[in-house]
Amino acid sequence: MNLATVKAVYRKEMKSYFASPMAYIVLCVFLIITGWFFSLNIFKENLAHLRSIFDILPFLLVIFAPAISMRLISEERKSGTMELLVTMPVNEFDLIFGKFLAGFTLFAEGLAFTLVYAITILLLGNAEIGPIIAGYFGLLLCGGAYMAIGIMGSSLSENQIVAFILSFLISGVLAILVFSAMIIPPPVADFIQYLSTTYHFQNIARGVIDSRDVIYYLSVIVLTLMLASRAIAQRKFL
Amino acid sequence: MIEIKDLRKYYGRLPAVDGISFSVSKGEIVGFLGPNGAGKTTSMKVITSYYPPTAGTVTIEGLDVVENSLETRKRIGYLPESNPLYHDLTVYEYLSLIADIRQIPQDRRRKRIKEMCELTGIIDRVGSVIGELSKGLRQRVGLAQAMLHDPKVLILDEPTIGLDPNQIIEIRELIRRLGKEKTLILSTHILPEVQATCNRVIIIHRGKLVADGTPDQLQHQFEGQPVIDLYVQGEGTDVLSAYRSIPGIEKAEQMKEPEPNIRHIRLVVSKGSDPRPGIYRLCVDKGWTLYEMSRRIQSLENIFHQLTQVDPALVKEHAA
Repeated sequence: MNLATVKAVYRKEMKSYFASPMAYIVLCVFLIITGWFFSLNIFKENLAHLRSIFDILPFLLVIFAPAISMRLISEERKSGTMELLVTMPVNEFDLIFGKFLAGFTLFAEGLAFTLVYAITILLLGNAEIGPIIAGYFGLLLCGGAYMAIGIMGSSLSENQIVAFILSFLISGVLAILVFSAMIIPPPVADFIQYLSTTYHFQNIARGVIDSRDVIYYLSVIVLTLMLASRAIAQRKFL
Repeated sequence: MIEIKDLRKYYGRLPAVDGISFSVSKGEIVGFLGPNGAGKTTSMKVITSYYPPTAGTVTIEGLDVVENSLETRKRIGYLPESNPLYHDLTVYEYLSLIADIRQIPQDRRRKRIKEMCELTGIIDRVGSVIGELSKGLRQRVGLAQAMLHDPKVLILDEPTIGLDPNQIIEIRELIRRLGKEKTLILSTHILPEVQATCNRVIIIHRGKLVADGTPDQLQHQFEGQPVIDLYVQGEGTDVLSAYRSIPGIEKAEQMKEPEPNIRHIRLVVSKGSDPRPGIYRLCVDKGWTLYEMSRRIQSLENIFHQLTQVDPALVKEHAA
């Protein structure tokens, strides 16, 4: 891996994000929605925890991550700048990884704003800090996985809408597999649940950080980013 | 420097480049000529490692563009046909990004960007956002991008497209200057451009190489019989046998009268002879008034036209 390429791509993407209103809009909508779920806990139920945010976010991110990632590669394809990038001496994976990091940073920034809720709760009530830290850790991993899937979706089409829908469908299916236990007999359901992003998040959010869950997310990220760089290297798109 | 051997590239079953071989040595400026869809851009995309070839090899300084693509890509500066740019960056930001990716050492970076901007005449626009620049200026930014890392090989796909006549002259001048130390391949379908800038012309048609040589060589090789157009007035100018008596003239033909009483005679001249003094003497002897006499030699334009005309047999075969 060549860090210079990763850094150059990352810096360019971060600049582009905040040069357009897109990043601000996505962040605002994200904060409005999480804020609403937060207020449910604290005002309606009068409970000092972040459970409703942690319950809903793995599903909400299925929409937010592709909204951030959809343009990252599709746009380069459409405007032809991808031709410029790949005819320079760079490794495709470095390009993809730089873009992934940029998308992930934007997501992490959004998530960082929600720390206001966590701090508020810690100040107001006697919430346990352990599950909150674990929950945030899990969200970073889960969001990272969706972001990587989003990059893969973006690498498959030069149309941003198609990229969004593809990534949304893939992440969405991975998110709802957790409910397979309701309709499928246990031994099979256990296996299918294991493929679910939300299943692993729920494990982590309980406050137990198990290496199996971490490895699951990291494998999803590495695998999808590798597929994305293959897609770029093949110069073939949907 | 660049060695292309039996290069083939198929899009599905459709051949875009169908067995092209040639080599380019250092310091050559090669004009890649061909009608739209002849395979110029595709060949360039294979040379720059954008597309892998279906068959055949391309090597740059002995390095294969598929196997050693990281190395060959370092040696190439490429301006794609569409001149893609990041429209939301300024010229300086854009060139810095390219410098970052090209890994131009930090201490040389600013100097190099400045030099390239001066060379392409965009130095006073470095702070402008690319999206707000005119097409001609953007083309210069694209050229600056291609030359930023001082590559040995420059591949320029239609570098003068969208420029105004003055800018075209400037860019041609720049290309000629660059050609002294670099190897250049540029594609175009503007013929005067090739004559003005290139010291070698390669004409491709339907994915095949149909001509290769200096503009002069091509002229020589494909020269048909020269033709003299004669505009005369007087008694007996329509007796064609009079012309045929002049040595060196093979055929005389009366064309449509351009003006009343002036005859337009087309004379086909045998190769290597110049019958113009004879024609003059004939006119004087017969008391004709000579309005105009002009000799036409096959221009590059005619050669291009002749070589790239669609073969009717091929069309039929294709339709069947």
